[in-house]
Amino acid sequence: MDINDFRSIITVMGLLSFLGICAWAYSRQAQPGFEEAARLPLDDDDLPVSKSRQEQEGRQNG
Amino acid sequence: MQSQATYNYKVVRQFAIMTVVWGIVGMLVGVIAAAQLVWPELNVHEFLHFGRLRPLHTNAVIFAFGGCALFATSYYVVQRTCHTRLFAPALASFTFWGWQLVIVLAAITLPLGYTQGKEYAELEWPIDLLIAVVWVSYAIVFFGTIAKRKVSHIYVANWFYGGFILAVALLHIVNSAAIPVSLTGMKSYSAYAGVQDAMVQWWYGHNAVGFFLTAGFLGMMYYFVPKQAERPVYSYRLSVVHFWALIFTYMWAGPHHLHYTALPDWTQSVGMVFSLILLAPSWGGMINGVLTLSGAWHKLRTDPILKFLITSLSFYGMSTFEGPMMSVKTVNALSHYTDWTIGHVHSGALGWVAMVSIGSIYFLLPRMYGKTEMYSVKLINAHFWIATIGVVLYIASMWIAGVMQGLMWRATNPDGTLTYSFVESVKASYPFWTIRLAGGVLFLTGMFIMFYNMVKTIAGEKAYNAPVLAPAAAH
Repeated sequence: MDINDFRSIITVMGLLSFLGICAWAYSRQAQPGFEEAARLPLDDDDLPVSKSRQEQEGRQNG
Repeated sequence: MQSQATYNYKVVRQFAIMTVVWGIVGMLVGVIAAAQLVWPELNVHEFLHFGRLRPLHTNAVIFAFGGCALFATSYYVVQRTCHTRLFAPALASFTFWGWQLVIVLAAITLPLGYTQGKEYAELEWPIDLLIAVVWVSYAIVFFGTIAKRKVSHIYVANWFYGGFILAVALLHIVNSAAIPVSLTGMKSYSAYAGVQDAMVQWWYGHNAVGFFLTAGFLGMMYYFVPKQAERPVYSYRLSVVHFWALIFTYMWAGPHHLHYTALPDWTQSVGMVFSLILLAPSWGGMINGVLTLSGAWHKLRTDPILKFLITSLSFYGMSTFEGPMMSVKTVNALSHYTDWTIGHVHSGALGWVAMVSIGSIYFLLPRMYGKTEMYSVKLINAHFWIATIGVVLYIASMWIAGVMQGLMWRATNPDGTLTYSFVESVKASYPFWTIRLAGGVLFLTGMFIMFYNMVKTIAGEKAYNAPVLAPAAAH
C-alpha cells in the first residue's frame, strides 16, 4: 500500500458517500424533515412594521 | 415584552450599505479599465495604468462588493433561520471593520504595484494574514450562531453559506502560503514552484468561482427567492443533492484553466471531465430556484426584486452551461486568452452574482430601517432594465470579440505563416470594446440609481433591530 492506494480509496469513498447522500435525500424518511426545514424562512415574520400588515388584513377581513 | 432581545441587524446594515458603495467603486474602476482599452491615452500614470487597475477592479467587485453582500446576507439569514442572535457580536463587528481595512489596503497597494501576481489572490502577504484572521473570525461567528440555534434544522441556505466559508478559508490559506522576504517592501515568494504553483493557483482560482462566487450566492438564492416569492423552495431534497454535488465536484475542476500548458495532460482531462459533470448540479440548482416561482409567476410582472432574483438564475444557468463547454479542450483551444473568457466571467459576475446580490440587498435595506419597502419601487424596476441591457451588451460584444480573436490568432496561410499579426486582432476588437464599455456604463448607472434609492430609503430613518422571534410552533 503506497500513498496512491490511499488516494484511490479516498476518491472511491467520496463517490460512495455522495451516492449515499442522494439515496438518503430521496428516501421517504427524509421527506417530513425536509418539508419542515423548507418552511423555516416562510414561517418567520420578518416584516418590521407588522402593524401596517395587520391593518391591511383587518381591512380585508372587516 | 418590549425589552426582549433583538437580532443583530447592525452588522448586517453596515455590510449592506457598503455592498452598494463598493459596488459603485469596483464597477467604476472596471469602466475606467474598459475605457483604457478603447482609448489607450487614458493610461495616464503608472498608478492608474490598466495593468494595475485591472486587479483592483477584480478584487473590488469580487471581495469588496460580493464579499460585503455575502457577509450581510449570511449574517441576516443565519440569525433569522436559527431564531437566535448572532454569536460573538464583538467578533462580528471585527469582521466588518477588518474586511473594510482589507479593502482599503487593497485599494492602496494594488495601484502602487504590490502584487503576488496570482489572479484573484494578488494581495501581498501582510494583507493575506489579515484576511485569514478576519475569515476565521467570520467562521467562528457563523458556526457559533448555528450551534446556538433554537430550531432543530439547519436551513439549506446556511449549508451553502457554511460550505462557502470553510472552503474559502482552506483555499485562501493554502494558495497564499508564501515565504515573506520583506515587510516594508511587501514582497514574498510563493511556497510552491513551477507547474505545482500554477496548479495550486488554479485550484484556488476556480474554487474562488465555485465557492466564493457560487456557493455563497446560492445561499442567498435559497433564502431570498422563497422569501420574495412567498413559496417554499421547489424541491428541498434537490437542494440537498445540489449542495453535496457541488461540494464533491467543484474541487476538481481547476485544471481547465491550464489546458495546453506544462500541466500533465491527464490532469487537464480530469479537470475537463469534472467541469462537464458540474453542468448537472448547476442546472439542477437553477431549475430548483426558478420553479420555486411555480404558481406565482404573476409576481414576476410586478415585483422588480423578484425580477432581479429570477434573471440572476437565468444568467447562472447560461454561464454554467457556457463554462463546461469552454472547458472542453477543443473549445478551449479557440476561447482561451480571448475576450470570450472575459464575457463568460461577466455573464456570471454581472448577470448572476451582482443581480442576485442587488435583489437581496433591495430586500434587506428597508428591513434594516423598520420599513417594508424601498423608497421607490419604480427606481428598482428602472435599475433592473438598465442593468439587464448593460449585461447583454457586455457579454454579446465579448462573445463576438472573443471568437473573432480566436479565429484570427489561429488562421494560417497555405505556407504555414500566420494570416494576421496580433495587433490586427487588437484593431478589429475596438468596436466591440466600445460596446462593452457602453454595457459597463449602463450597469454602473444602475448602481448609482440604487445608491440614490438607498439614501432616500435611509434618510431620516432610525436604525431598526427586529425582536428575536420564537420558532413557529412546528412539531
